[in-house]
Amino acid sequence: MTEERLIISRKTNNKFFLMIAVGVVLLIAGIILMATGGGGEHHAEGGEQAAVEHAATWLDRLWVNLWLNNVYFTGIALIGVFFVAVNYVTYSGWYTLIKRVPEALGYFLPVGGVIMLLVFLFGSHTIFHWTHEYLYEIDDPRYDPIIAGKRPYLNTVFFLIRMVAYFALWIGLATWLRKNSVKEDLEGGTDYYHKNIRISAVFLVVFGVTSSTAAWDWVLSIDTHWFSTMFGWYVFSSWWVSGLAAVTLAVIFLKQNGYLKMVNANHLHDLGKFCFAFSIFWTYIWFSQFMLYWYANIPEEAIYFIERTNARGYDFNWIFFGNLFINFFFPFLVLMTRDAKRQMIMLKIVTIAILIGHWFDFYLMIMPGTLRGEASVGLMEIGTALVFLGVFLLMFTKGLTKAALVPVNHPFLEESVHHHV
Amino acid sequence: MNKKFVLGIYDDEDVLLTAIENVRAAGTKIYEVFSPYPIHGIDDVLGIKRSRLPIVAFFCGLFGTCFALWMQIWMLGFDWPMIIGGKPHIALPSFIPVTFELTVLCAAFGMVITFFIVTNLKPSMKVNVFDKRSTDDKFVMAIEVKEGVTDMTALNNLLRSNGAVEVNEKEVVK
Repeated sequence: MTEERLIISRKTNNKFFLMIAVGVVLLIAGIILMATGGGGEHHAEGGEQAAVEHAATWLDRLWVNLWLNNVYFTGIALIGVFFVAVNYVTYSGWYTLIKRVPEALGYFLPVGGVIMLLVFLFGSHTIFHWTHEYLYEIDDPRYDPIIAGKRPYLNTVFFLIRMVAYFALWIGLATWLRKNSVKEDLEGGTDYYHKNIRISAVFLVVFGVTSSTAAWDWVLSIDTHWFSTMFGWYVFSSWWVSGLAAVTLAVIFLKQNGYLKMVNANHLHDLGKFCFAFSIFWTYIWFSQFMLYWYANIPEEAIYFIERTNARGYDFNWIFFGNLFINFFFPFLVLMTRDAKRQMIMLKIVTIAILIGHWFDFYLMIMPGTLRGEASVGLMEIGTALVFLGVFLLMFTKGLTKAALVPVNHPFLEESVHHHV
Repeated sequence: MNKKFVLGIYDDEDVLLTAIENVRAAGTKIYEVFSPYPIHGIDDVLGIKRSRLPIVAFFCGLFGTCFALWMQIWMLGFDWPMIIGGKPHIALPSFIPVTFELTVLCAAFGMVITFFIVTNLKPSMKVNVFDKRSTDDKFVMAIEVKEGVTDMTALNNLLRSNGAVEVNEKEVVK
């Protein structure tokens, strides 16, 4: 088995830098537009009521955008590690050829951690209502007994401790897995494989708890009064399906550029099945959460979905229903046949749709609780997303180039080469 | 009416797969191959067309979806309108679980029933077991002998040269 190495040319790297540069330019243009008064854009008339009580500045919008993209991309990076861990623990053979792709996704985690920390330290008041001190002072007219009751969990110090702990655990275990995986390339044998199974098992337990609590911390606590017992699952399913789409898309791009020669339609078929199945899984979680609140129709619960459609001057209707369409109906109908899952062009279209769709899913989770009626997809949103995508791709490709593209001494390599479905 | 078959017995999966390729390349039509367990890739080698069962599943599922929606909309919206939980008569989200279940049920039953019909699988079905060892440790390739052919040496040689450990003949009452 010859070692296959990815070479990222200066030209490709420049493309990523260009992406970041374009993003920055758009972002600055968006900021200037907003600072000079064009901010609310076409939502101005509807958002009047909301605007009076909470006028968002360009800085607010920047923080929220950074947070949104960081949660989304960190999730994808984390799913890379989760994917590897799951396949270790289940003794999977089929994925060996593409194993380095999800492994390399994890390279974004440290960047995500730093950005998460910085944005929280400087922009927490914009993103999280519960960080305001006055909510907890009984004498203050703005005292909020419900939020005050959540203080033991939702306080800045504990929040920061948790955030650091999540990233420390995730990055630590991811690095350990990766290190063993690379060592296996050099030294061979099955020792590293068995070691990694144990590390993966630990990671899965950690992930099982932290993916849920991270979802509460970073996304759910934005709507501080509201709660959902499904929320951890909901964020996980959104991350998971976008992570799978990212892995599939990366494999296809690598293959179309002449790498991963031994990956064939059978591997793509399995990845396609993953994307297909977990799009349905996401919908299942989405619907389970939605239907109970819709049916019970209790004001403090239903408000979450009212804010996400078009009541109270908010205008999220298109995104709310578009979310279902692009993340469920589209992948469901397009990837239903066997042929579609085995064709690169179909998978490419669907995975790109899923990635965009789940970005909007996070948009819908974060924006209505922060920017309220003033949220819209403008230059700033596109710019920030492009910057993050560029940085993510830089880290990801850096991870890919650091080791052989196919793990040469993995015990299941042979099985993966002959994978047949 | 009796039909005559030539049976090539193989004891190795890989030998069998190459044998199938060679026999088919020589222009001989293979009636059926019997194996104790499913063999990866044998469908392609035998040139068996892909099953059309998924198409049946899709339309059965579609029927289930339509039936479930129609049933609920007609029952709760027109035949006997009721207000439940202050929702409109036709409250689509509350219909989804039933719609989902009926879709799955119809798709599954539709597939199974179609499979039974197409394969003629019924309690009275009579199965010809060409060689009982094909349920144990041997692979059996059955080739139907054309009407009027009496000289088996060519077939015999073809099978043996492709790794058959035994070649038998068998007459089957059809």
